[in-house]
Amino acid sequence: MREHTMNILIGGEAGQGMVTVGQLLAKSLVRSGYSILVTQTYQSRIRGGHNSFAIRAGTDKVLAPKESVDLLVALDAETVALHHGDLSSDGLIVVDSALEVDGDFFLKVPFKELAQDTFSNIAALGVVGYLLGLEEGLMATALDDFFGRKQRPVLEENRRVLVAAMGWAATHERSGHKLPKVSNPIQRLMMSGNEAIAFGSLSAGLRFCSFYPMTPATSILLNLAAQARRMGVLVEQAEDEIAAINMAIGASFAGAPSMVATSGGGFALMAEGVSLGAMTETPLVIVVAQRPGPATGLPTRTEQADLEFVLHAGHGEFPRAIFAPGTVEECFHLTRKAFELAERYQGPMFVLTDQFLADSYRAVPPFDVEDLAAVNVGAGASGSLPYRRFAVTETGISPRLFPGLSRHLVVSDSDEHAEDGHITEDLSVRRQMVEKRLRKGEGIRAEVIPPDMDGEEEPDLLMVSWGSSKGAVQEAASRIRSGGKRVATLHFSQAWPLVPGRFMDLLESAEKVVSIEGNAFGQLARLIRRETGFHIKKQVLRYDGLPITPEAILRGVSR
Amino acid sequence: MVTIEDYGQYETAWCPGCGNFSILKAVKQALVASRLEPHEVLFVSGIGQAAKSPHYLNANLFNGLHGRSLPVATGAKLANPKLTVMVESGDGCNYGEGGNHFLAAIRRNINLTLLVHNNQIYGLTKGQASPTSAEGLVTKAQPDGVASAAFNPIGVAVAMEAGFVARGFSGMIDHLSELIQEGIAHRGFSLIDVLQPCVSFNKVNTFAWYKERCKPLPPTYNPTDWEAAMKVAREWGDRIPIGIIYRNDRSPFEEHVPVLRQGPLVGRQVDRVMLRNIMDGCK
Repeated sequence: MREHTMNILIGGEAGQGMVTVGQLLAKSLVRSGYSILVTQTYQSRIRGGHNSFAIRAGTDKVLAPKESVDLLVALDAETVALHHGDLSSDGLIVVDSALEVDGDFFLKVPFKELAQDTFSNIAALGVVGYLLGLEEGLMATALDDFFGRKQRPVLEENRRVLVAAMGWAATHERSGHKLPKVSNPIQRLMMSGNEAIAFGSLSAGLRFCSFYPMTPATSILLNLAAQARRMGVLVEQAEDEIAAINMAIGASFAGAPSMVATSGGGFALMAEGVSLGAMTETPLVIVVAQRPGPATGLPTRTEQADLEFVLHAGHGEFPRAIFAPGTVEECFHLTRKAFELAERYQGPMFVLTDQFLADSYRAVPPFDVEDLAAVNVGAGASGSLPYRRFAVTETGISPRLFPGLSRHLVVSDSDEHAEDGHITEDLSVRRQMVEKRLRKGEGIRAEVIPPDMDGEEEPDLLMVSWGSSKGAVQEAASRIRSGGKRVATLHFSQAWPLVPGRFMDLLESAEKVVSIEGNAFGQLARLIRRETGFHIKKQVLRYDGLPITPEAILRGVSR
Repeated sequence: MVTIEDYGQYETAWCPGCGNFSILKAVKQALVASRLEPHEVLFVSGIGQAAKSPHYLNANLFNGLHGRSLPVATGAKLANPKLTVMVESGDGCNYGEGGNHFLAAIRRNINLTLLVHNNQIYGLTKGQASPTSAEGLVTKAQPDGVASAAFNPIGVAVAMEAGFVARGFSGMIDHLSELIQEGIAHRGFSLIDVLQPCVSFNKVNTFAWYKERCKPLPPTYNPTDWEAAMKVAREWGDRIPIGIIYRNDRSPFEEHVPVLRQGPLVGRQVDRVMLRNIMDGCK
């Protein structure tokens, strides 16, 4: 049976315009009504090296990346060498006719005849677009939109090359790669995980973002910087990550909802600031976009190995929440949720994503931005005066005012402090303050997002996962299910706190439990064991820098 | 009309004879003379004996981490530029642990007043060398004497053309208070390095040592002359010049940030229609 999706992989050197072709093709597919899922792999260099932009497209919702390639667009010989083994049985490799390769599965395109050098990637786009059955007019519009700011001759040449390439493809057609037409396509957005985090933060009321650039978090900040003026947000590049988190804490203390975004190494530098945010009870959203470590690791690849780090970062004891989005939509909504919790419980809250999701474009329905409320910022002083910023309350939440906005003085200290915020070494006050801070954790637990449970009750196989692998696990489960097995999934989009009452029944009812994680320790499984005593013995772990795919899960589960 | 009493009087954790007492007095005088009410002022401090100072007066306060007062102050000032933001901490905090932030703050030129209590020693941790300790100073941690050269904050600030660079002495309270007033009034980043004795741990740079050497710059001195200021910045020895060493009128960071022209960040509402339009760009 032929699958309902097509997997197109465009490969080439950095600097060849491969991402441009990929984005244009992805955009054309989304506008034509298809669901897409993009996986970008790249090397840590600006020019050269091998990079790829894979688009899996289909009429139904595409959940996960796919390893086998149906259409390989090789912009250089290395791409052929690296990926021809991934070709599906009726796959096709689109190459420059100048390349000395032979075989039925090659479609050799005379790029030099179709386009001058700098436009040859547009020729590739035209050929692939034709093979997939995309409309010329729609693709031409996508080109115009993308290059809208360029000069007219450039736009005209783009169009000319596109039309010529599609015409060439029509006379050299290879059948079997057209996607079924979607009639009356619904308008959707093409958005990456990082874009969704940026938009989610804006809708929540972000006002201040300080950053130090670090792959794969940087595009969050670039997206915010691009909209800063229009959305009334100040985005400042700090001298280092230590400054970034301290600036964000300062801005939040003064009343501006704040966020920092970084990756593991940068977050390591922020650890003392996390503790400061907790002690001074300052709301802050921290996005950690994971990449493989330790140290500099594989800077441009993906991994899920910082869960334990983010959970434990910052000295001392204080409550926190860690959100781990599994889809682009969740990137948007869980970032908003992180803002809500940060403001309500007055402390650092986390969004844990990774390179795969950060760079993965998907087709998503438009968000109801106008109906989504911004978070409430600050809480007024209660009747009793003088104002005490750290008044001990039943919930642990104290009235939060901002300096300079009233005659009340707002005092906050990284030292242990009394209710008025001033430094103290009164040990009975210390005890009260520890308990007050920890009481906020009860509220955070009460509003935890329970894990997604899907599939049969009392399953033969239960797959446990978290974060960006959500779709891959769902797809793997449905494939195993079609083989007749009772299978279920338990997926955590909030990795902390774990509230056993929300998932233990399912765990204990399963015949066999497997955890699926993008790290070498099985970090979520270890955490579940620590919190519940339940030992997940079988694990499918991936730590080679690539995202978890349904194929990898199937291979691992059957082992 | 604000008075010195509005800023309160508190019991401190300092040693008797500490230079911090005089600096605290000069700060209060400067705030009153600047007609600032306590709620209009935010102090941001780090960790060290100096960093405790703002606990001993009435004002808004964020007492943060060691070395990190400047970034916190930067964030707070950008969130609400209407606040008068004072950063107060010691030589170890600002020039050691927070050295990178010191350089960045000079470059940014945000309207902050940085008050550095400089006693050339670590007090809170009991007597190790600080970045400004003289070469050769013997401490328990440096029993063979400090091997590194002393950091010259004034020299660095003038070299980087910081907006306002001054040096005061805790033994000359009125003079110091005037410097602080000038620093507050200056639009942009102001550094006021305040020499002070540490009665417990620095037995070399004592009150008498400073008193003998600290000499106000003559009235004829022109602090806008950068080359003259570079010369003065290097003077250290039998005569230590105090006063405003360098100033310029480079416009502050806040004026270069388009977002802040619409007013403070705090209290703004989300423009949902704008956000919808921006997100529609993803179609």
